[in-house]
Amino acid sequence: MRGVLSDRMGAALLMAPLLLFLVPAYAWPFLGVVKWSFTLPTPGLGQYEALLTDDLVQSVFIRTLRIAAIVTVVSVAAAYAITVVWVRGSPAQRLIAEFCILVPFWISVLTRAFGWVALLSNRGLINTWLQSIGFISEPLTLVRNEFGVVVGMTHFLIPFAVFPLASAMRSLDDRVLLAARGLGSSRMRTFWTVFVPMTRSGIIGSALIVFVFSLGFFVTPAILGGGRSVMIAELIYLRIFQSPDWGLGAAISVVLVLFVGALMALLFRYVRPKQLI
Amino acid sequence: MQQPGRAAEIKAIGIGKSFGSFRALDNLSLNIGRGEFLTLLGPSGSGKTTFLMILAGFVQPTEGKLFSDGTDITDRPAEQRAAGMVFQGYALFPHMSVEANIAFPLKVRKKSAADIKKRVGEMIERVGLTGHEKKLPSQLSGGQQQRVALARALVFEPGVLLLDEPFSALDKSLRGQMQAEMKRLHQETGTTFVFVTHDQSEALALSSRVAIFNHGKLLQVGAPDEVYDRPDNRFVAEFLGEINMLPLKGVKPADNGSTGLCEDRAVNMHCKAEKVRGDAILAIRPEHMSIAREAAAGENGIAATATASTYLGAATKLDLMTRQGAKVTVSVPNEVAAAALSKGNSVWLTWPAEKGFLLPDGGQ
Repeated sequence: MRGVLSDRMGAALLMAPLLLFLVPAYAWPFLGVVKWSFTLPTPGLGQYEALLTDDLVQSVFIRTLRIAAIVTVVSVAAAYAITVVWVRGSPAQRLIAEFCILVPFWISVLTRAFGWVALLSNRGLINTWLQSIGFISEPLTLVRNEFGVVVGMTHFLIPFAVFPLASAMRSLDDRVLLAARGLGSSRMRTFWTVFVPMTRSGIIGSALIVFVFSLGFFVTPAILGGGRSVMIAELIYLRIFQSPDWGLGAAISVVLVLFVGALMALLFRYVRPKQLI
Repeated sequence: MQQPGRAAEIKAIGIGKSFGSFRALDNLSLNIGRGEFLTLLGPSGSGKTTFLMILAGFVQPTEGKLFSDGTDITDRPAEQRAAGMVFQGYALFPHMSVEANIAFPLKVRKKSAADIKKRVGEMIERVGLTGHEKKLPSQLSGGQQQRVALARALVFEPGVLLLDEPFSALDKSLRGQMQAEMKRLHQETGTTFVFVTHDQSEALALSSRVAIFNHGKLLQVGAPDEVYDRPDNRFVAEFLGEINMLPLKGVKPADNGSTGLCEDRAVNMHCKAEKVRGDAILAIRPEHMSIAREAAAGENGIAATATASTYLGAATKLDLMTRQGAKVTVSVPNEVAAAALSKGNSVWLTWPAEKGFLLPDGGQ
């Protein structure tokens, strides 16, 4: 009994610094944002009404969901392939995969976004090269549109998608895979009918993490979208800092936080937090 | 392994396997007959599981050849050998129902839906899982999961069924039940069974032949009574059950087997002194020795004193010490044990000539 109690006290003490930081720096200001959404410019539910009728806000919401969905599918699929190599490959393959997963964490999101601009722009590496080999005559529009945003965000989010998948793949019993092959199933068939279904919890966890992350992306869409494919975070920024419409910006923020909260609740119904590491 | 419904005959020639510098299996040659129930018995790390994995195709031997019905299958991948296999811990597909687990090997073989339904239904009935078809493995007891594993491994009528310590996770009563069930399935299907265990009583109870492994070597193969009563060496003798060993001098062939001196008394054995001469070890199982007031002329016997007894219900285990200090254990009726202990002095240990066997002196 004493052991349990001291464990709990220990855990509370370890969490204290985080809570002491989060309450004044995040929770309290957020309550202020909630207050603005109901009071600016005039008290009432006017801003939430506007949310439901404003075409621009709605199209940005839909674009955000669409981009987040595409980014999620592409990131999880790519991460799945890397994770298979990382968890089940030969020692050399593991090392290479680990390198590919960890190195992106050392480079800032801003640097990476500009890196993609350099690669994808009209006079960037890819267009120049394709033109020089005569494959295309006019440069392709690879950036300042949704394509560029999806590429940049996917690149950023793949490493985050890896960890829940790795955890699911590591806990898988090898004998089940051997059993499938012993029963006559080819490697390919075993992968699709046994391996993939058995890592389902990892796929769900990975997809939800990427999706939730995508919803709040700011820097990458702002740079690679070039103002043409505005996502929700950028819209909030524009409303608050450029067209001083604090009430609407606050209302969008509140809706976004509630939506993300609901998704997180869904996530933890399917997977325990431990499985995500 | 290729024709469904027909038991396979397997021939292993000079199979060896090294993992780095570790020699897991050394120069193993063994024939497994059509429809036989062969048990691979040995302590952990003896090479028995490695051999099973080589048979299944999951492990590639470093040297040697493997034949199934005369065809060389040494390099054939596991999915093309399609031996039925039951793993330790069952290895069921956790995301599939009982029905889907059992149907898996048939689906892989692209059987028609009607055929699959019929054969899965028959198999479920045969292993007594009716009513559990839609359940997931996690909703079943250990014994039921075991039955699913057996059904899944037998449903496609493989030429050989490989079983890797399938009962190690079950409690004792369930174990006995599953052993009986497996024996029945063996008789019904007529398939060749290769069974791995470290439990010698399980091996003796189930098999038509037992192969005993130690340190990567196959030490002896034979029918259960053969390996139990006439082990080739000390390891086999000791691994299969309790055994008394008495030093023997001047062993030589005799008219009716062999003869030698045990604690200065002449004793006779029916077994021939082929491998041993001079000094040897006389080995006798505890249940084959009896206690007597004196040994008759020409009867095998040595004098000993009872030191302790353990009451086992049906019989008593009696510990004795011979005059020259060898420790002997016998299993005797309870009243005989009581009498031997109460006297506190010398009794005679006797045994029939056909029950004593010779082992080489010293080594294993």
